[in-house]
Amino acid sequence: MYRRWMAVALALVLTLAMAGSVFAQSVTIIARAVEGGVNSHIVTWIHESVFPAFQEKMRQQGREVELRFIQFGGSDEALKQQYALDLSVGAGADIMAFDGFWVPEFVEAGYLKPLDEVAGPGVWNWEGWAHIPEGLRGLLGFDGKVFGLGLGTDVRKLYYRADLFEQAGIPVPWEPKSWEDVLETARILKQRFPGSTPLQINAGTSMGEATTMQGYFMVLLGTGIHMYDFEQGKWIVEHPGILDALNLYKRIYVDEGLGDRRMQLLAQGREQSFAAFRDGRIMILAEGDWFWRSVVAPGSEWEPAGGRNAVVRWAPFPAKEPGAGYGGTDFVSISGGTGYVLNPFSKNPDLAWELLSFMFSTEMMLKLQELQPGIRIRDDVPVITDPVMSAMAEKLLPVSTVRPQLPAYPRISVEAQLMTERVITGEMTPEEAMKAYAEAVVELVGEENVIRVK
Amino acid sequence: MTLVKHVLARIGFYVLVAVVGSFFALPLLWLFTAPFHGQATLSVQIPTQPTLANFAAVFRNTFAVRALLQNSVIQAGGAMILTTLVASLAAYALARVRLPGRDVLVYILILFSSVVTGTAAMVPIFLLIYNLGLIDTHLGVILVFTGGLLPTAIFIMRDFVAGLPRSLEESAMVAGAGSWQILRQIVLPQVRPGMMVIAVWAFVNVWGGFLIPFILLRSPDKMPASAATYSFYTESGTPVITLISAYALLYVIPALALYLFVNWRYGFKFFGGIKS
Amino acid sequence: MAGVQLLWRWEGFAVRRDQVALLSGRMGLTFLSPALLFIILFLLFPFVWVVVISFTDRTLLGASAVSPEFVGLRNYLQLFNPERWMRRGEFGYSLYLTLIFVAGSVAGQMGLGIILSLLFYRREGVLKEVMYTLVTLAWILPEAAMAFTWSAFFDRDAGTLNAILGWFGLGPYDWLLDYPLLSIIIFNIWRGTAFSMLLMTAALGSIRPSYIETAMVAGASPWQRFRDIMFPLVRPQFLTGLVLITLWTFNVFSPFLLTQGGPAFQTEIVAIHTYRVAFRFYEFGRGSAIAVVVMVINLILASVYLLSQRRQGVRAR
Repeated sequence: MYRRWMAVALALVLTLAMAGSVFAQSVTIIARAVEGGVNSHIVTWIHESVFPAFQEKMRQQGREVELRFIQFGGSDEALKQQYALDLSVGAGADIMAFDGFWVPEFVEAGYLKPLDEVAGPGVWNWEGWAHIPEGLRGLLGFDGKVFGLGLGTDVRKLYYRADLFEQAGIPVPWEPKSWEDVLETARILKQRFPGSTPLQINAGTSMGEATTMQGYFMVLLGTGIHMYDFEQGKWIVEHPGILDALNLYKRIYVDEGLGDRRMQLLAQGREQSFAAFRDGRIMILAEGDWFWRSVVAPGSEWEPAGGRNAVVRWAPFPAKEPGAGYGGTDFVSISGGTGYVLNPFSKNPDLAWELLSFMFSTEMMLKLQELQPGIRIRDDVPVITDPVMSAMAEKLLPVSTVRPQLPAYPRISVEAQLMTERVITGEMTPEEAMKAYAEAVVELVGEENVIRVK
Repeated sequence: MTLVKHVLARIGFYVLVAVVGSFFALPLLWLFTAPFHGQATLSVQIPTQPTLANFAAVFRNTFAVRALLQNSVIQAGGAMILTTLVASLAAYALARVRLPGRDVLVYILILFSSVVTGTAAMVPIFLLIYNLGLIDTHLGVILVFTGGLLPTAIFIMRDFVAGLPRSLEESAMVAGAGSWQILRQIVLPQVRPGMMVIAVWAFVNVWGGFLIPFILLRSPDKMPASAATYSFYTESGTPVITLISAYALLYVIPALALYLFVNWRYGFKFFGGIKS
Repeated sequence: MAGVQLLWRWEGFAVRRDQVALLSGRMGLTFLSPALLFIILFLLFPFVWVVVISFTDRTLLGASAVSPEFVGLRNYLQLFNPERWMRRGEFGYSLYLTLIFVAGSVAGQMGLGIILSLLFYRREGVLKEVMYTLVTLAWILPEAAMAFTWSAFFDRDAGTLNAILGWFGLGPYDWLLDYPLLSIIIFNIWRGTAFSMLLMTAALGSIRPSYIETAMVAGASPWQRFRDIMFPLVRPQFLTGLVLITLWTFNVFSPFLLTQGGPAFQTEIVAIHTYRVAFRFYEFGRGSAIAVVVMVINLILASVYLLSQRRQGVRAR
């Protein structure tokens, strides 16, 4: 009896082993998107627009291709780790959804190759290049080379609750000209709505890259500097601007209690901050586009009563003082971008490129816009359905900057988050926190790659 | 006097049981109320109008449903069978063969397993499974989990085997039975409660594990339920409470059912008889 | 359970020798071989890899992913860099948290396990079944689901815990913000008590009832009965539980799902710290070094236990 049992177990185990099989002349796409779950619109887009249209196109050329979309259901970190493991052994999907700031680390490890190396110089004949502004080609680039195509980009700003502003007697539209304006408004709101923590600028490691992008960078750029000096090719680790930025955090979260540091520290803090914005406990919030198009979108969980379009407004994030922003601007923004890269180990690189460039054709991009409007990389794909989005893009893209596309960036970004955390928890003074940051960055990139400005 | 003392003791007993019982029961309450609530929050609210809408929404997520009903069952079931069989064989051998230092050996293995099941060993495990050609197969997941679970399984199992009276085996031996025969006909039937404990324990470990599947699996149609919980997160990585609570409840049911079955049929307990 | 047998076998070869060997060496090896194969492939090989890699700067990404270099003891020295290691988020701080976490969890789990097993000693019935089922469920239900129910339980505004404390006029407390380490210890006690409960129940069940009855006749109070008769008899099992729970607790990762190591690293116990170094930063060299250090600590703890067990045995003779 037990022998039979074991035989059944073995048979089961063997059948399972056979389950994985390989298709020929096929292209596979992977993205963090799940039908009915996270990024569901990408699944719809690929399955209902991209694949049928591409199949049709291929059929007209008399070619039969097999297309597969792998819906990845895990976290971004888990996806990144899968990519790294797969590419280290020359495996993986042919087209991979990628966050722009992951690219350099992968390139350095030899896990990614430029588009023209993967699919041949023919890639430069694509019609799309003419519609992609020079500055956005490098969205998935490193060291002057291009590894993939960006779906689009975004900008960052302050969102505010127009309804509550009016109740507090603050004129709408609100146009803060300096940090002091923002703080002053927050003070008025706090007084008018006791118990509220009106202002949130992300801090802390718990929010991850959201702290760096929506928080630290926005503040730092407002002091006129960047994390990285692009001319000298060095990281700025000590600078009065950094201290100014940290002191702003200190004023908001420690000295004046204008913000709730609880949300910066807890694991689900970001979610709580959305709820607080919905419920009116937070009235000014620094966030990116997707806050508008997804978080508070009509019908979503976090849409304030009264409706997004009626009560949520946006204002550019001001520099410390007018003209003090990075590059002499009055207000600041930073942009990121996600997109798709080609797997250098693809068995059908030409077909993969054909599909990738097809995904980024005007027609397909317009289809995506219908599902969820965003700022797309192509200049012939406007944000048709949402005037607010187009206004943001128009106003902020010209002043917006990008993260340093360097392999060390993701780690240094974490150190910057840690620096803000140390200040808002009171563990360190801004001076101590900056010193600890400098030490950590030096350990990561070496003394020769940093600059200190007293 | 003794009556008063007796009554006081009874009261003390029930108070203590109530307190400890609440400690174990209260955190679970939410799991059984939130899924039936149309606008579930983090608070425990008895739904005034219980709804199954959350479950309906969960079942529309085909990825998550397949993960739960098919993949998790295959992987947890496979690792359960394999771990139980391999551990029983090994435990029997360890209990009956003279091998100096074998007890220390088991401890050392447990130490190893704690290092290796940690995240640092992700790369060698991936490379191993890749070279065996088992990436993106259920079998790969089953093997790796089994490897990690074996030391503790052997440890628990060994006591059940060691607790058996030797006389039965001795008589069987005298009657000319071979080792396999003794194992199958005498030993395994007697240690079945132990095998069941191992089985439940192995099953729930795989059922809940989420790091290994992400390392070893690629196709969404092979991902287990633990991985699928992430699909109920929003783009920003925040959970959708209504859906996640419903899915969490569905997710615990098989583990619960298995435990209740084994406990009813065999009794879920460790072996405590000290034999000579 | 294991402890007693361990001890007896340890010194019991002489006793055994005149018994018939129930399994020949060859058959023993046959039965052991599947387990051996698994252990060599899935434990020994990764273990050796981890030890070797801990002396390199191997990463998952970037230049040192392809061509890692031998860096000697650098990873280890960095872990113990006296200037930094006790800062939040560094290894020393994490080790310090882990010691508190382990001590609290082990005390709580063993304590509750003993209380439960004593409460229901020689009792059967529905109440026992319900209680044991509840405690065991806490142990076996999937981690991800449990993390959600506990976030809900601890929530400041809507959580069950504060709601209950509110009836007594206490709180509300911001558990995960103000008492993060205590919170994950409570969570872990809840999660792990089943093992010690099952272990101690089995151990108490193995005591000959006549011992207790004799003591009762002699008029010993319950506490005396426990202290003088029951506990000495189950001491080996108690120690076994202690050491196993200690080893496991050192490697517990589940609080991650509750707090992700925060706020501000105040719940970043070593398993979570290793995860962050290896998984988020992809620094496998340093992650491996941490794993090795933790293993050495575990090894010392286990040896202390094994030795004390052995000495105890000698004295018992």
